[in-house]
Amino acid sequence: MTDTTAPAESPRLDPVAGEWRRVSPKYLTIDLISNLIWTVIMVGVAVVAVVIFEWPPLGWLLPAGLAVIFLTYAALTPRRVRAIGYMLRDDDLLFRTGIMFRRIVAVPYGRMQLVDINRGPLARAVGLAELKLVTAAAATAVTIPGLPFDEAEQLRDHLVAVAETRRAGL
Amino acid sequence: MTKLADGEWHRLHPATPLLKGGIAFIAILGVIIANLRERIVEFFFPAFVCPDEFCDWEQDPMSRLLEQNLILVLLGVAVVLVLIIAGFWLSWRMHTFRVTDEVVEVRSGILFRTHRKARLDRVQGVNINRPFLARLVGAAKLEITGAGAEANMELAYLSSANADGLRSEVLRRASGIREQAAVARAVADGELPPEVLAPAAVEGENHAGLSDFARQRLAELTAPELDPNLAPPESVVKMDAGRLVGSTALSSSMIFLVVAIVVAVVLGFTTDISFGVVFAIVPMVLGIGTYLVSRVLKSLRYTIAATPDGVRVGYGLLSTANETLPPGRIHGVQVTQELLWRPFDWWTVQVNLASQMSVSQAANGAQQNTTVLPVGSREDVIRVLELVLPEVVDGDSRERILAAFGRPTPEDDFTTSPRRAAVFRWFSWRRNGFRVTPEAVLLRKGAIWRTLSIVPTARIQSVAAHQGPIARAMGLAEGRIHTVQGPLVAAVGALDVRDVERLFRDASSEAVGAISRDRTHRWRAV
Repeated sequence: MTDTTAPAESPRLDPVAGEWRRVSPKYLTIDLISNLIWTVIMVGVAVVAVVIFEWPPLGWLLPAGLAVIFLTYAALTPRRVRAIGYMLRDDDLLFRTGIMFRRIVAVPYGRMQLVDINRGPLARAVGLAELKLVTAAAATAVTIPGLPFDEAEQLRDHLVAVAETRRAGL
Repeated sequence: MTKLADGEWHRLHPATPLLKGGIAFIAILGVIIANLRERIVEFFFPAFVCPDEFCDWEQDPMSRLLEQNLILVLLGVAVVLVLIIAGFWLSWRMHTFRVTDEVVEVRSGILFRTHRKARLDRVQGVNINRPFLARLVGAAKLEITGAGAEANMELAYLSSANADGLRSEVLRRASGIREQAAVARAVADGELPPEVLAPAAVEGENHAGLSDFARQRLAELTAPELDPNLAPPESVVKMDAGRLVGSTALSSSMIFLVVAIVVAVVLGFTTDISFGVVFAIVPMVLGIGTYLVSRVLKSLRYTIAATPDGVRVGYGLLSTANETLPPGRIHGVQVTQELLWRPFDWWTVQVNLASQMSVSQAANGAQQNTTVLPVGSREDVIRVLELVLPEVVDGDSRERILAAFGRPTPEDDFTTSPRRAAVFRWFSWRRNGFRVTPEAVLLRKGAIWRTLSIVPTARIQSVAAHQGPIARAMGLAEGRIHTVQGPLVAAVGALDVRDVERLFRDASSEAVGAISRDRTHRWRAV
């Protein structure tokens, strides 16, 4: 039990020191473009709603607000993408994400049930893929986005191989 | 050894089509035929005239139907019914299963054939259900559960005796005895050194007790039809009816129910709120009432006992259910206490299991049995924990786990929230904490609704640490242990960030170690 009422020296959650592997810088572009598409759709819908239903001038705050939210999100994207990282240790895979809301997961290799590779249309255009790990617990939810396609396939083969050698009961 | 597991294809109990709902259609068909009989007879034998006292055509509703040509419709209905009944029978004919050394296979379907095959070493448990109607004809439903949704194999219905035999046979094969026998043969043939066999014998002793094992072998040799496993073993917890009713009466849903009724009555009499509002409470009251009554009825004949193939939990007064959980299939245990149970020191124990109910069962409103002890004293809980988590709760850790139930003590080794976390955990910050041992991760939460969660390290799926902006400003964080879906959610928040980092590191490394040591999926083999 920590008895100090003062916060710890560094309040940042960082349990494991080591070399984190980052996702491809191209993923930043994809993320920005898909964000842009959403912005256009949402703001467009809001604008149409304001025009059609003849809302008072104050109604324009809705599309404006949406645009501000999406732009803020876009501005944070480079930092957010840099925060995504994974690390292959001897017996487990670490995955971290988030700046404001940090999340770090450790998945033992022996626990992997499935490894999926997914490619959306945008990601395919720049040769990226995302890797999804499935364990018997739904909460694990580890999806590593923005991997170059070769790296994703190598990583999958590696994970399947080590999972096989460490397989135990469920 | 039951003849059902001889590797040949077998059919289900002949009464299956009736129990699956065919009986209702036969009854409807019977009613129609009984009403049509005289008409049909008259139609084919016009010479035969029904005496007036038996057939008063004018009074008979059939006459009116006949006048409107409805009789054809009725005949059509009867034909459809005959087809449905034939379908039930045919689907029984086409539904076959076989159990071999390695797999269970089920083939079913008339037009769309399905063939399902499941490996025995992935069996998560075997349930036997005896619904009231099925019990009357001596049938039982056997379900072999696998991990994940829709992974169960249901054999409904088998004769009761066969179901028990098949259950023990499936579990025996799942336990890896065959593998052990193969190793023994290899030793005899000189292919493997004899040392290989030694740990197997020790292992068998640990799990089943050598005498049990020998007795079972002997019994199988001398009297193949009499399996001592079939005799119900002594339950380690006696369920006291008074305590069960009392605990239900003091449970939070009962308190909620009473408060709701009181509020409704008071509102109804003192204010001029329309009665509609008050009566809206009636369905809710009925719902909660039914739930509470069924809870008591279900738990009245509760038994829990150790068998060589795992923990057997039995339930039910009218419809009985019996579930056998092989070792290593329990992914987490949660010990909780309702607020009003505290003076009596009552607790309830729930578990997380990898097997999930099939959709059809869920649609029937069945509840998955995740409660292994509906209510019990501290001593009962420890006895149950010793059964379901033998590797975690033994002589040494017994006292410490007992201590972890109640108030936190300085000696209990739990890492708890710092004082500044009291903002988030008003009453429970002294209790809110965790302890990591090589065998299990223990999480303790709540000062009012006390909870102790135990996740065996060998069953941990993954470990996570979370931190949001407010927690970060306070130097706090949250640790989570991911397990399969169930009543237990192993997360503990508002801990010092350094402690969460330690929890993350310790739990993930203990999990890796425990997974490589884990041999529970072959619990009787090497």
